[in-house]
Amino acid sequence: MSVDSVFVHKMWNDHELAKMVKGGVPFPMLSDGGGKVGSIFGVYLEDAGVEARGRFIIDPDGVIQGFEVLTPPVGRNVMESIRQIQAFQHVRKTKGAEATPSGWKPGKPTLKPGPDLVGRVWEVWKTSMAFDD
Amino acid sequence: MGEEIKAGCARPTGGPVGENPEAKKETPQQPLIKEVKSMVTVGKKAPDFTAPAYLKGKFINVQLSEFLGKWVVLCFYPGDFTFV
Repeated sequence: MSVDSVFVHKMWNDHELAKMVKGGVPFPMLSDGGGKVGSIFGVYLEDAGVEARGRFIIDPDGVIQGFEVLTPPVGRNVMESIRQIQAFQHVRKTKGAEATPSGWKPGKPTLKPGPDLVGRVWEVWKTSMAFDD
Repeated sequence: MGEEIKAGCARPTGGPVGENPEAKKETPQQPLIKEVKSMVTVGKKAPDFTAPAYLKGKFINVQLSEFLGKWVVLCFYPGDFTFV
């Protein structure tokens, strides 16, 4: 979503993005003229009249599980967004019985929060696990 | 997903759906409090909205609540023809 019109979205998709992604962008490119939607999500930059690089993960109940907002010059890390979605999906599947500690990705051990874990995280989670192998 | 919209000379627009925050200003008993713009909060419902969109050769209307039951990644970016 950006403040550009759907007509400009079409031009960008057809003349540039389709050269990067075969068949063009597979999801809706939303238009937010005037930044009305961006304003309620807190990402509309009034002085510049554009939207910051905001990314919101919304679960199947419509609840915002996480967001990241960057100023325009710095791009995002798509893999980190995917990792977060995988983590939120895992937590949801376990109905909150499991939590994913720092550095978690699919295959790595999760934590089972409860009285037994208090003061004993150091036994099951090592700082090296915060980083990729 | 969303009904198709005819491309005309006017720019299709969308906006927030549901409660109109402006309407609440009418309440007379409220003491004068400076309005603080609040960012959305994690763990809370995303505000619903509609927006015109371009999808695979068509102009359509999209409403966030159409995606209930699915995971959604909503991405904002400064402008077309920049990087994402």
